[in-house]
Amino acid sequence: MSDATKDYRFAIQTSNISRKFGDFIAVDGIDLSINRGELFALLGPNGAGKTTTIKMLCCLLRPSSGTATIMGHDTQKDPIAVKQIIDLSPQETAIAEHLNAWENLSLMGRIHGFGKEEVKKRSEELLEMMGLTNRAKEQVRKYSGGMKRRLSIAMALVSDPQVLFLDEPTLGLDPQSRRGTWEHIAELKGEKTIVLTTHYLEEADNLADRIAIIDKGKIIALGTPDELKDSISDMQVMAIKAKNLTDDTVEGLRMIYPETREVVNGIEIKAKELNFNEIVDYLRSKGVVIESTSQKQITLDDVFLHLTGKELRE
Amino acid sequence: MRFMILAQRNFKEMFLDYLSLGLAMGLPVVMLLILSPISRVEVMFSPANLAPGIALFAFVMLQFSSSMILAKDRDSALLSRLLTAPLKSKDFISAYSLPYIPIAIIQMVLVFGIAALLGLETSGNLGIVFLVLFIMSMGYIGLGMVAGSLFTYKQVPYAYTTVLLLTIFGGAWFDLAVFGSGFQSVMNVLPFAHALDAARDVMVQGAGFSDIAVDFYWVLGYTIVFFALGIFLFRRRMVE
Ligand SMILES: Nc1ncnc2c1ncn2[C@@H]1O[C@H](COP(=O)(O)OP(=O)(O)OP(=O)(O)O)[C@@H](O)[C@H]1O
Ligand SMILES: [Mg+2]
Repeated sequence: MSDATKDYRFAIQTSNISRKFGDFIAVDGIDLSINRGELFALLGPNGAGKTTTIKMLCCLLRPSSGTATIMGHDTQKDPIAVKQIIDLSPQETAIAEHLNAWENLSLMGRIHGFGKEEVKKRSEELLEMMGLTNRAKEQVRKYSGGMKRRLSIAMALVSDPQVLFLDEPTLGLDPQSRRGTWEHIAELKGEKTIVLTTHYLEEADNLADRIAIIDKGKIIALGTPDELKDSISDMQVMAIKAKNLTDDTVEGLRMIYPETREVVNGIEIKAKELNFNEIVDYLRSKGVVIESTSQKQITLDDVFLHLTGKELRE
Repeated sequence: MRFMILAQRNFKEMFLDYLSLGLAMGLPVVMLLILSPISRVEVMFSPANLAPGIALFAFVMLQFSSSMILAKDRDSALLSRLLTAPLKSKDFISAYSLPYIPIAIIQMVLVFGIAALLGLETSGNLGIVFLVLFIMSMGYIGLGMVAGSLFTYKQVPYAYTTVLLLTIFGGAWFDLAVFGSGFQSVMNVLPFAHALDAARDVMVQGAGFSDIAVDFYWVLGYTIVFFALGIFLFRRRMVE
């Protein structure tokens, strides 16, 4: 373990890492330098290559080219050293169905080399945090999907890893559990290096020190949440609540303002310069009933749309 | 010894597959009881000739059950989680094999216990018989690790059927000689006939270890090869 205590400036470093499946390039030359203790979010639409990247960093997938190191250990040359200091909460729920929650946690804790007592103590905390204490002695195959999901996340935390990979940790959780998980992740912040993938922009916005936006296997933007927002700070966002919007009307608007998107009960338009009156006149001429208009703060959603031309959740 | 933690979980998983386990231990007993009356007319079915064959037949279930658990886990997200733990391929193979060793011992005790009740006579040292058969049982578990690393759990039953047929035609129930020398020599390349010959020679002809040494090392060699192959194939599956 002496190597693990060496002072590496970067917890995770990748150099031009790529992965092909057949002819298809899932990850295309990614360079990352993630600091120790940093909470780093990978944000991107479905199929962007987030899971593929994480799997390469966890020694589960072999890069087609390029290299990656975790705390200085090469993922391909020294996977065991890497595995000693990492843990992963996979995107799919990963639990032993026939064991109860205690046994599941104990399996992961002890396989990482922790003693019985320590694992028990940590399991108690984790079960409490995930709201599973009452059902902890039940076979987990009887759990609901959300309960399984919570256990699956807890199983990645029990080994107290130096570097933690969370692949869509809050996917499928109800708002309360999601908040609980966020709080726990926030508590770990600084203490561990965490790489998180997510579809929830507010998750990345609130938790992450830095965010990489990834699309079609490439990093298309990287920075702190504020930096990313500043990158389009010369843009204005106008939110319009309206009725009787048709697809044609919205398309017409997109001819002038490409970054127009439909939201619940209306539309949002983003552009460097917005001609307020022109927009209102256009909409009225199409028979749209405008209920309210307002200027909006720039969010990561806007950044994402601007960079990729896509909504994050399609 | 971290693999012991996973072995414990696999031990539980093995018991949940009570059908395989019940067959593994029940079927040989039933067969022994059914077939032994024939021993009065056919020497091939005397307890000493019968017991080793039935034991091998029982061991095939170990191959089936162990490969099933491994192949099913490979299909699940749980394994990718386990693969991020600092275990090596040989640790995984140990964890998936170990639970079956006590079952193999119970099978041998059952088969030879019943055979004893049916009048098993031995001219040689039963310890040698047990040793050879135990190594052979490990060979079947090793084959289970090969099949479990190589195939999906839907394909595993075909591997089981193949090994079962090889065991039956490898001399478990038929005298190999009746098939002619070509077939016999093919089967003699495989370990099954060697395990059976060794066990029968000891019990029927009073052979000592040196008489069956070739058979013994033949079986041991295969067992080692099966495990080595299982570890190799599993390692290839660890990183896609
Ligand atoms: N084993 C595989 N074989 C073939 N193609 C694969 C494999 N794994 C992933 N891909 C492809 O690689 C691309 C990236 O997949 P990946 O799972 O990394 O996306 P993601 O960003 O995690 O998406 P999501 O948000 O849907 O989880 C996808 O087009 C996917 O179909
Ligand atoms: Mg994914």
